[in-house]
Amino acid sequence: MAKGAYSIFSLVRNALRYHEGWPRAWRSPEPQPAYDVIIVGGGGHGLATAYYLAKEHGVSNVAVLEKGWLGGGNTGRNTTIIRSNYLWDESAAIYDKSLRLYEGLSRELNFNLMVSQRGVINLAHNLHDMRELARRVAAIKLNGIDSEILAPADIKAMVPILNVSPEARYPVLGASLQRRGGTARHDAVAWGLARAADARGVDIIQNCEVTGISREGGKVTGVETTRGSIKAPKVGVVVAGHASVLAAMAGLRLPIDSYPLQALVSEPLKPVIDSVVMSGAVHVYVSQSDKGELVMGASIDNYNSYAQRGSPHVIENMLGATVELFPIFSRLSMMRQWGGIVDVCPDASPIVSKTPVDGLYFNCGWGTGGFKATPGSGFAFAHTIAEDRPHPLNAPFSLERFTTGALIDEHGAAAVGH
Amino acid sequence: MLLIPCPWCGRRDESEFACGGEAHIARPADPDAVSDAEWADYLFMRTNPKGAHRERWVHVHGCGRWFNVARHTVTHDISAAYKVGEKPPGDAS
Ligand SMILES: Cc1cc2nc3c(=O)[nH]c(=O)nc-3n(C[C@H](O)[C@H](O)[C@H](O)COP(=O)(O)OP(=O)(O)OC[C@H]3O[C@@H](n4cnc5c(N)ncnc54)[C@H](O)[C@@H]3O)c2cc1C
Ligand SMILES: [Zn+2]
Repeated sequence: MAKGAYSIFSLVRNALRYHEGWPRAWRSPEPQPAYDVIIVGGGGHGLATAYYLAKEHGVSNVAVLEKGWLGGGNTGRNTTIIRSNYLWDESAAIYDKSLRLYEGLSRELNFNLMVSQRGVINLAHNLHDMRELARRVAAIKLNGIDSEILAPADIKAMVPILNVSPEARYPVLGASLQRRGGTARHDAVAWGLARAADARGVDIIQNCEVTGISREGGKVTGVETTRGSIKAPKVGVVVAGHASVLAAMAGLRLPIDSYPLQALVSEPLKPVIDSVVMSGAVHVYVSQSDKGELVMGASIDNYNSYAQRGSPHVIENMLGATVELFPIFSRLSMMRQWGGIVDVCPDASPIVSKTPVDGLYFNCGWGTGGFKATPGSGFAFAHTIAEDRPHPLNAPFSLERFTTGALIDEHGAAAVGH
Repeated sequence: MLLIPCPWCGRRDESEFACGGEAHIARPADPDAVSDAEWADYLFMRTNPKGAHRERWVHVHGCGRWFNVARHTVTHDISAAYKVGEKPPGDAS
């Protein structure tokens, strides 16, 4: 076992020392003047990219530059749902790769990501929903991804607190279930990847905002930051909601709009729901954390915004529907609410791509649903940067698809887009 | 909730409106003469600025008309609402 590895023995040893002897999980180095690769954005996707650059491609002279703190963007703000039941082949391939990586990642990183494959249930409330759901389940199965249809009685058995009465405001006619879907601890994903990338020599530099992208003759030469200029022949930008802002620094425009998306958690309860329940039609998704809090997400505010907050009427709509579906929640207090800025493409699919500027790569557009894709996205993006060409997993997700018209329309992917 | 000044009806709650995204994107005058890249730019590419933004809104649950709004994307301050065809305020061109 590697030095500094977490284990039952290190836990006992440190407990005996009153937990005062734990080493830092990653260094906090000063930025070097130059690197082989700079990753802009210390969220899950940026950290995963750095980790796989070092692990799969032997490129470890890498800096991850984060303007705030690690995982302080959407990585630390999402509702932690992971699943791979996407409609189109291209999406199925990259999201399922990601889920398979998640399945082995806690062990690989020696960090408990609390991956909990508790099952993700997507409800259908009318005949149209049911037909669409049957089509999706069939398509998903054809891609070798587990997916099944539940009848109302099966759903009630799994989620006893759900109102499945035919008189309900939102009657439940059926659902799809992906048993391998579930949740993972978002902070742990950022921290585990950061620690593993750092151990392989990657410099993780927080409080370092990129303010400019330097170019010469159509080629990237480095970045300007609040901590000085840093040179690199390759720059990978993974900044989610701020993608258009960084693109403008290189004179590019992207097919992206940024919107606030909100989530909220309740006071802690005894266990009442042990799967993830989502409803695309009324835009509700609920799971219960290990602390007992109900974790819920709302929909986006429908106008461009970089304010990391959302509007109360959006929450009100979503909670109204939640209480119809789960009457038992009607007297719960909500403890915290927050927003993140999500980067949405016209086809609701991501961009993991080279750009018209040599040596400049963008990974963005994951919108409301990229947490589940964190390892798969980093894996494919690392390949794209190291080899200067896309991996087969992300070739369809190029920027060129908006010119060729080969869009990957995942709107309402297997229900709500999270 | 934003309070949006419809040029016809006055200030109303945001929930009466729908946002139509970036304004002043002109459809190519001669569609047959336009390259794929120019189409992509017209159809999909957006400025999505962090700061001043001009966008289209429609008063769905009111007069039903489209108009433009100048709004800041961080503070959400609305500095102007103006009719389609009018010049954006502060635009000298
Ligand atoms: C409320 C909410 C709920 C969600 N629920 C789910 C869910 O259940 N399941 C799911 O799969 N997905 C979900 N998502 C989406 C998911 O969170 C994101 O797609 C994913 O986390 C994006 O990861 P990232 O690493 O690309 O971005 P981020 O974690 O946002 O990281 C980008 C980083 O870039 C940094 N940055 C920005 N500008 C600069 C700059 N100029 N210089 C340096 N650094 C910069 C930011 O500070 C940030 O830390 C949700 C999102 C939100 C907001
Ligand atoms: Zn009006």
